[in-house]
Amino acid sequence: MKWDEFFVFTHDPMLFAAMISIVLGGLAIFVGLTYFKKWGYLWTEWLTTVDHKRIGVMYILVALVMLFRGGVDALLMRAQSAVPENGLLNAQHYNEIFTTHGLLMILFMAMPFIIGLMNVIIPLQIGARDVAFPRLNAVSFWLFAAGAALLNISFVIGGSPDAGWTAYFPLASLEYSPTVGNNYYSLALQISGIGTLMTGINFIVTILKMRAPGMTLMKMPMFTWSVLITNVIIVFAFPVLTVALALMMLDRQFGTQFFTMSNGGMDMLWANLFWVWAHPEVYIVILPAFGIYSEIISTFARKNLYGYKSMVVSMVAISLLSFLVWAHHFYTMGQGVMANSIFSIATMAIAVPTGVKMFNWLFTLHKGKITFTTPMLYSLAFIPIFTIGGVTGVMLGMASADYQYHNTMFLVAHFHYVLIPGTVFAVIAGFHYWYPKVFGYQLNERLGKLGFWLITISFNVAFMPLFILGLNGMTRRMYTYSEETGFGPLNMLSFVGALGLALGFIVLVYNIYWSARYSPRDTSGDPYDARSPEWSTHSPVPVYNFAIVPTINSLDAFWYAKKNKAPFFEGKYEPIHMPSNSGQPFLMGVAFCFWGFFMVFSWWIPAIISALGIFATMIYRTFERDHGYYISVEEIERTENALRGDKQ
Amino acid sequence: MKQLFPVSHVMGFVFSLVLSLVALTVVFYDMSYAMGMTILLITAFAQASVQLLMFMHMGESKDKVTLYTNIAYALFVGVFTILGSLLLLVWDI
Repeated sequence: MKWDEFFVFTHDPMLFAAMISIVLGGLAIFVGLTYFKKWGYLWTEWLTTVDHKRIGVMYILVALVMLFRGGVDALLMRAQSAVPENGLLNAQHYNEIFTTHGLLMILFMAMPFIIGLMNVIIPLQIGARDVAFPRLNAVSFWLFAAGAALLNISFVIGGSPDAGWTAYFPLASLEYSPTVGNNYYSLALQISGIGTLMTGINFIVTILKMRAPGMTLMKMPMFTWSVLITNVIIVFAFPVLTVALALMMLDRQFGTQFFTMSNGGMDMLWANLFWVWAHPEVYIVILPAFGIYSEIISTFARKNLYGYKSMVVSMVAISLLSFLVWAHHFYTMGQGVMANSIFSIATMAIAVPTGVKMFNWLFTLHKGKITFTTPMLYSLAFIPIFTIGGVTGVMLGMASADYQYHNTMFLVAHFHYVLIPGTVFAVIAGFHYWYPKVFGYQLNERLGKLGFWLITISFNVAFMPLFILGLNGMTRRMYTYSEETGFGPLNMLSFVGALGLALGFIVLVYNIYWSARYSPRDTSGDPYDARSPEWSTHSPVPVYNFAIVPTINSLDAFWYAKKNKAPFFEGKYEPIHMPSNSGQPFLMGVAFCFWGFFMVFSWWIPAIISALGIFATMIYRTFERDHGYYISVEEIERTENALRGDKQ
Repeated sequence: MKQLFPVSHVMGFVFSLVLSLVALTVVFYDMSYAMGMTILLITAFAQASVQLLMFMHMGESKDKVTLYTNIAYALFVGVFTILGSLLLLVWDI
């Protein structure tokens, strides 16, 4: 391999600028940490932590950085297509950008944001002191971080994947994509995917085994239910991705013929395996969002959630149906009419349980005392906007009609209309909603609402034109078009919307900064007079979560305890058993990152050495004797008094 | 020492390797379609049992409801994924 192929950033001034900003940013962090003597703090408090709350915060931090990175990709794409015959990006650069935009936004923004909120909230909602396997949780995070780092350096070292986030064969094969881009695809996704699978197992066990006494399954808060079902989907769907990516790696780097068009290979097998995973993946990012909305809507409508049981039943139904509809992503791939009809009917069936949920939210709002806080605004905007996405989804779900708008901008508009109000609004709403629980103060409401209006209006300006463009015949992934097509004005309008979305994101980030400095501290731990158990403990949450584990005897038990002025925590303090911190998961992530990097370039000797590093961390863990530590009663009393604001 | 050594795990590991090798013979030796399929089906079921019983400790739990729910869910996903894939890629109707 030539150095010119390795350092791809030398080809393009824009990539060169990206490289310089990465180096400068890294240098600034290094110098800052050394100057403020924060290396020890970073290591003991964050890099080695097994505390679910801190791991959650790190997930969300990475997700916000990836949202920025994926957002810059989106802005570049919209800028490129804003006017006909634009020369801002060349075709190759455009291909890389739409591919990494999709990968980053789904796998390294939406998923970790959801998993981050899960990490912070689930143990608090079920009255547990941590997840079932705290060390494994840290491993999950560091594997995800390793995968994210790997995909991001692909941009400047070696070239990014450029065959779409779907990476269809034969386009993604070595023959048609000879750069290392798609090696990055297979390895970065593989490493972070293993982390996600571990998260899935971890949270199923946590929710099934570690609930507070008295909390039966049907007394769990709705977010916990949605997360349980999501993790079941993760455990069933992600192994398919693992296998598909392994076969892809073997095909591209070891000369096997699974997805080739000769020697018994089958290129469509990739599309099939990919969507067997990727369709459930869509529900993995949407179901927790439904859970977040359920919590927020019932809190700010001051009512219990309407139709709790039907909510649960419809989520279980969605999880089963999510495994039956994958072929609707490739109706035009050439299978028979019968096959398309079956998948078409299964697809439309999903609208039924989703509709049930929609009506349950509306009935929860009905006659509620609604307060329009920022998270509530996002939740209310979600209902109509997501419905537009859902209805266009049913249009796309009809196989014969799909032949008309398959692979056009209509599809692009549809999935942004589902994913942005569905997932992105939900994580931003959840972020605002649970922020005081983690940091002990609320985000500013005025800035929050300004951000909401900017994001909601700009979102519609950016994506509504794409429906029309798609019906006019503009296909997706075109890097440019001629003036005669008449696509210009609507694309320009869409670019204006994209700029508005960027502005909304800046307001969101500025709000974090502003609130950290000026927002009044919340000492109650329950700023919204909310319903579920996470609000019963202090904000910020002490390391052991609950000094005394509550007994739950009904749904919304905390709410009823407040209404009846009954004590929520009964009993006396006892020593609390907690897991101890460890640097092993972090080192394992680092070893995985190096292993992935060397594998991408087929540098076998360094790859084998890194693999030995991975095994070394595993062997260390196998023979390690770590029984955690106990927090004494005196220390609990001290912490509780301090958090309650008592004078010592 | 006897309690510390995971006999069943090591046995399971050896079994799974042997079963993989037996399945490989279908590729390396010339045999009829029926013969090859028979070997593959038997080794596949044996392999699945080894994984579920020896590594996943299926059957050691008292909670039978969870166990059967899990199996039902897994069968649902597995059977429909296979039938759907056959429908799309092989049967061609």
